[in-house]
Amino acid sequence: MSKSPNPLWPALGVTGIVLGAAYGLSTRGYKAQEADMALAQAQAAEARVVEQAAANEGLQAQIAAVQEEARARVAELEARPVALSLTAPAPERDGAFGLGRAAHAEELAAWDVDVLPDGRGLPEGAGDVFTGEEVFAAKCASCHGDFAEGVDNWPVLAGGFDTLADKDPVKTVGSYWPYLSTVWDYVHRSMPFGEAGTLTADETYAIVAYILYSNDLVDDEFELSSENFAEFEMYNKDGFVIDDRPDREYADWSAEPCMENCKDEVKITMRSVFLVSEPPEGGTESVMNHARDQLDSLPSFTADGPSHVAAVTQAAATTPAVQPAAVEAPEEDAGAELVAAGEKVFKKCKACHQVGQGAKNKSGPQLNNLIGRTIGSVDGFKYSNVFKAAMEEGRVWDEASLAAFLAKPKEYMKGTKMSFSGLKKEADIEAITAYLASFGEGS
Amino acid sequence: MSDALSRPSRRAFLKGSAAMAAGTVAGAAAAQSGPDPLITELQDWASYTGAGVDETPYGMPISFESHVVRRNVEWLTASPISSINFTPIHALEGTITPQGCAFERHHSGAIELSKQDYRLMINGLVDRPLVFTYADIERFPRENHVYFCECAANTGMEWAGAQLNGAQFTHGMIHNMEYTGVPLRTLLKEAGADISADKWVYVEGADASSNGRSIPMEKALDDVLVAFKANGEALRMEHGYPVRLVVPGWEGNMWVKWLRRIEVVDGPVESREETSKYTDVYEDGTARKWTWVMDAKSVITSPSPQMPITHGKGPLVISGLAWSGHGQITRVDVSRDGGITWETARLGKQGDTKALTRFYLDVDWDGAPMLLQSRAMDETGYVQPTKAQLRDSRGENSVYHNNCIQTWYVNEQGIAENVEVS
Repeated sequence: MSKSPNPLWPALGVTGIVLGAAYGLSTRGYKAQEADMALAQAQAAEARVVEQAAANEGLQAQIAAVQEEARARVAELEARPVALSLTAPAPERDGAFGLGRAAHAEELAAWDVDVLPDGRGLPEGAGDVFTGEEVFAAKCASCHGDFAEGVDNWPVLAGGFDTLADKDPVKTVGSYWPYLSTVWDYVHRSMPFGEAGTLTADETYAIVAYILYSNDLVDDEFELSSENFAEFEMYNKDGFVIDDRPDREYADWSAEPCMENCKDEVKITMRSVFLVSEPPEGGTESVMNHARDQLDSLPSFTADGPSHVAAVTQAAATTPAVQPAAVEAPEEDAGAELVAAGEKVFKKCKACHQVGQGAKNKSGPQLNNLIGRTIGSVDGFKYSNVFKAAMEEGRVWDEASLAAFLAKPKEYMKGTKMSFSGLKKEADIEAITAYLASFGEGS
Repeated sequence: MSDALSRPSRRAFLKGSAAMAAGTVAGAAAAQSGPDPLITELQDWASYTGAGVDETPYGMPISFESHVVRRNVEWLTASPISSINFTPIHALEGTITPQGCAFERHHSGAIELSKQDYRLMINGLVDRPLVFTYADIERFPRENHVYFCECAANTGMEWAGAQLNGAQFTHGMIHNMEYTGVPLRTLLKEAGADISADKWVYVEGADASSNGRSIPMEKALDDVLVAFKANGEALRMEHGYPVRLVVPGWEGNMWVKWLRRIEVVDGPVESREETSKYTDVYEDGTARKWTWVMDAKSVITSPSPQMPITHGKGPLVISGLAWSGHGQITRVDVSRDGGITWETARLGKQGDTKALTRFYLDVDWDGAPMLLQSRAMDETGYVQPTKAQLRDSRGENSVYHNNCIQTWYVNEQGIAENVEVS
């Protein structure tokens, strides 16, 4: 316990050496003429031993006294925590703190819906490929494509078999996902994007069956159910190993690193592909770096330093001074509240639609100048047939048609790709119409 | 515009224009030929009065710093709702990331969930399935710890070589905050959980993605926090207000935001985020999973492409960040010649475990081109690898866990570019 050095220990060590020497002399054999002298020396030594032992007892007593004092001092310091650090982990209790309340069975049923790899957690139900195709077309295809091939940057769900060892492997549900439970659980809880948690168990079974079909893993007669779920084995079920960095890398990469002359020469082998500028309004603009192939003009490096200074063209190109656009004060009219309410409702649409400055087509068309705009008329957006027909007829979005569409999209525009099921509250429709109208011409 | 390196940064330009506007010759103070009117003439701010208190009840950075913001790269993802942006690490100093510019990553957008509407359920292999309100959480003994949170995909683009020109974009999927929270083990014990070593804890969020991850019991009992404050104030919406999980040293995807449920299970759930995502494929087509720990890594934040040297030769502060999911950073070396010669950097202060550590190399720049690199070492003795070492070990099909040594080429004008070297 005591960490303070004890000055008496060296003295005791010397005593020990003397005692050992005396003992050695008294037991070793000598020639006869030397015996008497040795005996006398031994007796003298013995006398000194007795003397030393007495002195030693005195030392021992002193040591004990000092140690006792040290122990008392340590105990005193420990009793005064102010001299030590006061930080401590959060205290725990043997029993509970008694906080929170018991969860109700209905609450557990509502939230505890995850599905384990062996199928535990699945609700009863079933769905076949045929039904799945319909549900998928209505609720998934706007992002994932009719054949699960993926639209734009949205995930590809099908194909990619035998590509995992290639450069840029195609990792789909079929080629990569090791457990069917993962697909069911994710679709059921987290999809469709923007309307998560709305799929019934049977719809989920059907969608998953269709995804398997689109991967050629089942035939078109297939029905997935809580009964046959656990039997299904995924293509890549044995394709994973558990993190092997400790064996593969850590031992090799823990040596004392090189500090000098670690390489003979260093050359630049690649330059940045994209140059990124930072507009004052936020985000980035990136362009290809046209100088990226110019490697020869750049210096190489040795222990003596860079080979040369690169011949840099003094283009003196300057970015034009861009001042942040003046923020226009919002008009505080009576409709402002409605517009604000509409902005909140618009969260339901944001997964697919953009509106406002710089709005672009995403899974759905951009919605600027919507009121008064010809239906299906946004450049560059691939509309469904029903929208194309409406455009040819010259139909125009007004508040009435928009309200009807938003209430029941699939009834008002039969065949629309929009997966949204509709706004139930009239107040929401009124608010979102006001919000969208605020992005009209001249607003 | 013909050469990337002849392109002055916006920052340099703004600095120059500000000096011009003040009626002086743009240039270093040392080059000032006559008395400086900023000193000899009475300036408005030294004569007129300034802003009163409460002008901004919650203060924002001064307008001159308005460029120091999170930024996304639009074409990286399909939608900003399921996307990521980058912390402006190039423009920050010290180690703490202000919440307002700490990177965001959402799977179904950031949600507005009030404390009143917040519920946390703990169930599964527990004696007492419980529901906590936000107020309940604040009644458990709490702790304060500084930890970094790094997305597993940070530097992921660089597997394919030097891609985006800027430390913000190559290394900005990271932030470092002081969290206040309740140890997860406290809540597990409150519910009478089975905490034997072969059990797992499944955690999920309240947002539409309900992002869920499985955590082995050993980690759950170790240092995981159920956090409700960051840097002294409430969490921001985009970081999981009112309650998020903090999983020190482990990939950011596991730090579930808007934490709504903790389930004790007898094995991993194998959710989407731990099978189809956050796994990496080796050259033979097999994939690694459960790569939770973020290995030691570092980057020089200045000079860097967004932070060119604007002062010419002479004293130069090389500043950077280092971190390790295995514990403390013990040493950082810096090379100015692409890894031929290394100098041990000065640590700003002894690093906290699993937190960002600031390092410096203070040099006299001779104006010659440099290939700047940094190399971190942590308390396990692990040395940050080169990109070549990583590729030799894992092939070129990885997306995540790229902790390679980064190289910036700094030319004689002080302009820096993201490069790859032999």
